[in-house]
Amino acid sequence: MSPASAPEPIASANSASPALVRVVNLSKEFPAGSTSIIGGKKLSVKAVAGVNLEIQPGETLGLVGESGSGKSTLGRLILKLLEPTTGAVYFDGRDLSTLGREELRTLRQQMQLVFQDPYASLNPRMRVRSIVGEGIEIHKLARGAEKERRIAELLAMVGMSADAMDRLPHEFSGGQRQRIGIARALAVNPRFLVLDEPVSALDVSIQAQIINLLQDLQEKLKLTYLFIAHDLRVVEHISNRVAIMYLGKIVEIATRDEIYLNPRHPYTRALLSAIPTIDTANKPERIKLPGEMPSPMNPPPGCAFHPRCPYAKDVCTNVEPKLETGRGGHAVSCHVFPAP
Amino acid sequence: MNAVPALQANLQGAAVSARKTSSVAREWRRASRTVRFSAICLAFFYLLAAASPFFASYDPTYQNREMPDCPPMSLHLSAPSDWSRSLFYSHPMHMQDKTARTFAADNSQRLDIHLFSHGHLFTTDSESVPYFMLGSDGLGRDLYSRIVYGSRVSMCVGLVGVLISFSLGITIGALSGYVGGTVDFLIMRWSEIEMSLPSFYFLLALAAVIPSGLSAVATFFMIVAIMSFISWAGFARIIRGMASSVRSRPYVEAARALGGSRWRIITRHIIPSVMGYAIVAATLSIPGFILGESALSLLGLGIQEPAASWGNLLAQAQDVQNLARYPWILIPGIFIFLAVMSFNFLGDHLRDRLDPATSAA
Repeated sequence: MSPASAPEPIASANSASPALVRVVNLSKEFPAGSTSIIGGKKLSVKAVAGVNLEIQPGETLGLVGESGSGKSTLGRLILKLLEPTTGAVYFDGRDLSTLGREELRTLRQQMQLVFQDPYASLNPRMRVRSIVGEGIEIHKLARGAEKERRIAELLAMVGMSADAMDRLPHEFSGGQRQRIGIARALAVNPRFLVLDEPVSALDVSIQAQIINLLQDLQEKLKLTYLFIAHDLRVVEHISNRVAIMYLGKIVEIATRDEIYLNPRHPYTRALLSAIPTIDTANKPERIKLPGEMPSPMNPPPGCAFHPRCPYAKDVCTNVEPKLETGRGGHAVSCHVFPAP
Repeated sequence: MNAVPALQANLQGAAVSARKTSSVAREWRRASRTVRFSAICLAFFYLLAAASPFFASYDPTYQNREMPDCPPMSLHLSAPSDWSRSLFYSHPMHMQDKTARTFAADNSQRLDIHLFSHGHLFTTDSESVPYFMLGSDGLGRDLYSRIVYGSRVSMCVGLVGVLISFSLGITIGALSGYVGGTVDFLIMRWSEIEMSLPSFYFLLALAAVIPSGLSAVATFFMIVAIMSFISWAGFARIIRGMASSVRSRPYVEAARALGGSRWRIITRHIIPSVMGYAIVAATLSIPGFILGESALSLLGLGIQEPAASWGNLLAQAQDVQNLARYPWILIPGIFIFLAVMSFNFLGDHLRDRLDPATSAA
């Protein structure tokens, strides 16, 4: 999985083509109780704090961050499965917040979600036929024999045979279930898929199969992906661009090669150094980050990363760095290592 | 080309039905003796209810004025030489003292009991010379026949009541739990109001409103409806809790992402997931309806005479003097007891079977 053998980057952030997904200043706060029962200050968790992002048609944007960094929340905000606190999401130029319920339901055909946990994401009481056919029924895409044929075609597309149709999810392995989940998402002919850690729960050997399947499907169906992962190794092979998220904010975003060969942000470097490798000669020195990610309920002042940053300076503790875009669309939010 | 999938479907169908029968047998084997007894009891009671005219010996409203408060009669097996007349016989009874209502059997005479005759399981040649297996009531009606007909009311009151209160409870609870927000708030406060009404007095007030001219069947359905409208609230609250936990499962989110409407998600995902629990709770709440009916009957607000229910038969036992003199009028209570216990055991068993910790074994 070296960067050289990677797919050709289709588009970058500053390309002229209109973005399929545009996220503007998006924030999401979850209420988290209050400081005291009566008259206390209301607390909230800033899961996503002012994210700007563009995803070009046909590309795969990798979104990497630790658990709790807000990456799954961001994915669900883009699909409008959650209401943003502030900010807007534009899909194909349309502001999702202005759509009525029916319009949104129709638009959902174009954007779908694949889940992390292949065990919880399929209704244990439904047969594969009904699971995959649910979207077809909802949007009345096919009926009767045609629907059957379509379900069989979808199953074939994800590498499963048609006799899976009459079986229940518990009869399948994790990888097969994930394939069923992908078939369900593809049933409504989407253009855009949010892949929420689709391989994190799978064995390493199965991970590669699923990633290859996703790449084949992308090529065949001209799909656009937002691929969420918690480590850089998984997205290396499939992404055109990679965004690194820390405590609700994007700290670095660049083309895949830039991220892997020329990382700027200390957090990105730390993540890169954590990838296990067998090439011990060229292995970068492991950067160990002290401590845990701070609570998003009470983020540190200045740069949110400064308490764990080995390069932190005075300015980092006081002034919040902005995400500045440099050469080749490489954007970094750091005082010490600015964008190239 | 088309025949092959059809054939396969047939084969699969056959396989499924074979699996179903064997699963019934498997369930039977793993059930405890108590549960088996409960299941047999309930099956028998529902058989009584379904085929009352066959099981009853006489018309349950026929009054034998010569024989009020007659005790249960003896039963004898005929000598083989008399088998052409009847397999069983008893001795006719006559009242000796009209004020004390004491009876004596005339042992010199034989009262033939015919099996499978006149469309009954067992009966005598004439209603005026009856065989009272479980005695008679104060108006000379056959208690056994009245218990058989009474099973119709007592066994149905639970089913109909549960059907109404559970369809209300499941729909309202699932809606409240899935939609959440203001809808949830309003529904839950409303159910709290309903739960905080003293239910028995509420029931009395509502029963008093029922017009007196209604037929027994109409009164029966009114009573069941009243009990259901009182009992849905507690159930809806439990379903609501389960629904709001199912709501956050990824497969429900997937249905939302696919653009499924609220109604579709509630009916396709939420309700099926809470159904297992609902069936258990339904089984466990049937006894409440049976007992509720008998409590209302005790107060004279249940099923009206001459129609019979186990509740209003037992209501005759509220007079201590009657009870002391004619203890057989307590027999309907045994039937109520058996039905209630059976539903409880069966419900407990279902709950244990649906509990993942025990059913995995």
